[in-house]
Amino acid sequence: MSTFEVKAYPEMWNSLGMNVERFDKMRVMLGDVYTKMFLSQRDRPQRMDYFDHIVSEIHGGRVKEILDAKKQGRPVVGTFCVYVPEELVLAAGGVCIGLCGGSQGSVPDAETVLPRSICPMVKSAYGFKLGKICPYFQSVDFVYGETTCDAKKKTWEVLDRLVPTHVMEIPQMKRERDRVLWLEEVKDFKKKMEDVSGKAITSSDITNATKIMNGKRKALQRMNVLRAHNPAPISGKDALLIEQIAFYDDPVRFTEKLNVLCDELDERAKKGDGVAPKTAPRVLVSGTPMALPNWKLHNLIESGGGIVVNEESCIGTRYYKDLMSEQNGSINAQLAALRDRYMKIDCSCFTPNNERIDQVLQEYRDSKAQGIIHYCLQFCHTYNIEAIKIREACEKEHIPFLAIESDYSPEDVGQLQTRIEAFLEQVRG
Amino acid sequence: MGGRLHDVQVVESGFNPHAQSMEMMKKYTPTKIVATGYGRHLAQKHFAGDVITEIKAHAIGARYFFPGCMTVLDVGGQDSKVISLDPSGKVVNFQMNDKCAAGTGRFLEIMAASLGIQLSEFGEEALRGSSDIKVNSMCTVFAESEVISLKNHGVSARDIARAVHLSVVERLIAMLSRTGHGDSVVFTGGVAKNQAMVRLLGEKLGIAVLTPEAPDVVGAVGAALYALDTLDTSA
Repeated sequence: MSTFEVKAYPEMWNSLGMNVERFDKMRVMLGDVYTKMFLSQRDRPQRMDYFDHIVSEIHGGRVKEILDAKKQGRPVVGTFCVYVPEELVLAAGGVCIGLCGGSQGSVPDAETVLPRSICPMVKSAYGFKLGKICPYFQSVDFVYGETTCDAKKKTWEVLDRLVPTHVMEIPQMKRERDRVLWLEEVKDFKKKMEDVSGKAITSSDITNATKIMNGKRKALQRMNVLRAHNPAPISGKDALLIEQIAFYDDPVRFTEKLNVLCDELDERAKKGDGVAPKTAPRVLVSGTPMALPNWKLHNLIESGGGIVVNEESCIGTRYYKDLMSEQNGSINAQLAALRDRYMKIDCSCFTPNNERIDQVLQEYRDSKAQGIIHYCLQFCHTYNIEAIKIREACEKEHIPFLAIESDYSPEDVGQLQTRIEAFLEQVRG
Repeated sequence: MGGRLHDVQVVESGFNPHAQSMEMMKKYTPTKIVATGYGRHLAQKHFAGDVITEIKAHAIGARYFFPGCMTVLDVGGQDSKVISLDPSGKVVNFQMNDKCAAGTGRFLEIMAASLGIQLSEFGEEALRGSSDIKVNSMCTVFAESEVISLKNHGVSARDIARAVHLSVVERLIAMLSRTGHGDSVVFTGGVAKNQAMVRLLGEKLGIAVLTPEAPDVVGAVGAALYALDTLDTSA
């Protein structure tokens, strides 16, 4: 195993007004964790080398690219939700960055201001900005916020004091009047992007952006289809990492590199080469997003001898299952098509949301999984309650099901390990 | 799974569970060792040939003592679990308590200490008490201050003891109703030695609560039966 290091860029961090000393410690820790969790895996696809490289440049190279884009006058938008119409950011020549929110390290910062008993992802994200320990947060022109949950929408009000935060209202039902509302929000967001970039978005800008986004989503779909092979040609941990990187890497380069990896996975699948034995229990993970560097559940499942074959999650299929039509035509028709594409997202913030139950079962069959683990971040009430319906659907179809509620702290790892191992025993029969 | 129970030992695991286990095993010459419980991976690192979780171990062990049982309730020091079995004895569903001491043996232990009652007599005291008061908090820390406040209002230790037991019973019943249960439950783990727990659980559930003679070794018996079942007989 070669020595892996997340590269340091202290001068750049300093120029971004970061807490350099503290951040550097986090950098070293990330390198250690990554070495242990990722580089130690057996029979990894060779073409993971690009993604290892992207992780080694997570705090430097990629940030530098973003700062260079900014110098050219391109707007940089930070996001926390798959409802952001990314096509409009690209159409305005902008850069879209999914911000960090998956680390216990920034939670104590957040708790100096925010209440303790709220979502760890919201706390982690806010803490990264407050503690000045995320170079991306320091680089964005503004943050795109939304109203998917109470913790988020109220945190945006206090986050706005630290960084400009544009809030879009996500409807919570899917009736005609909600579709009208969402279209208005999409139009407002287009105007916001035009104001920040100082350029008018044309129909062909949207078409080009749609092609880029569809390309990225198709590559992710392709990877996911390949995971259905038994033995799986790629680990769940690596697949999750790629889904996480999809939110901050350059979309064109990412697509190209992911397709190269998929070529290799294709070869492996044909030869029957995999990363786990054919008998390894195949697990579908469903539920709340796992933001970088939250690898806790996948690590427990795969250390216990299982293999994760699908993430039905925002950082997972919810991000890439739907494409946009690449039609030219009037801007209004394109915005309506964008609205339609984004209204298909089956976030648990919607009521009713029965299409998600069908989607989970569909992905269960497509991925040839043998059991479902529902993952819920603490205090995420909508996913937590919706798990009841998923459990019922699983019982009806005799699908082994386990619901887990956790946060980013390591205190429950022993207990989770017992649950997950017992679940894998149950799947093995 | 068949087999004859030859011997059992129960010892506190202490600060060095590995050394403790080696000491306990001195008098045997095992053909195969299967470890279970929180220290299973440590045991596998040093001496055990295989590991199974306590969930599977209790499922196997409960079937040994009560063939045909469908629901197992295991309440130990660290956590509590409900395990549902299919007719063949396989685990089809299980629930575990949240990541805190509520509804576990530790909760009872701390409450007994704060009432100045020996743990071994805690259940009997509770059975002598009446059910007029309630301990509402499930958090060990808050429940302890609730108990102190009840004491200082002149409530008798045995009444408080009963209330503490009932609060754990309620918690366990909530867990049992999430998984569902048939007309009997096998109650295992150290807490099943507490007669008040067994009796109150049966009264509140309105079904038979079955406990083996030594409920705290059901997991170990299950692991031993698993070892027997997976013994390589080809050699």
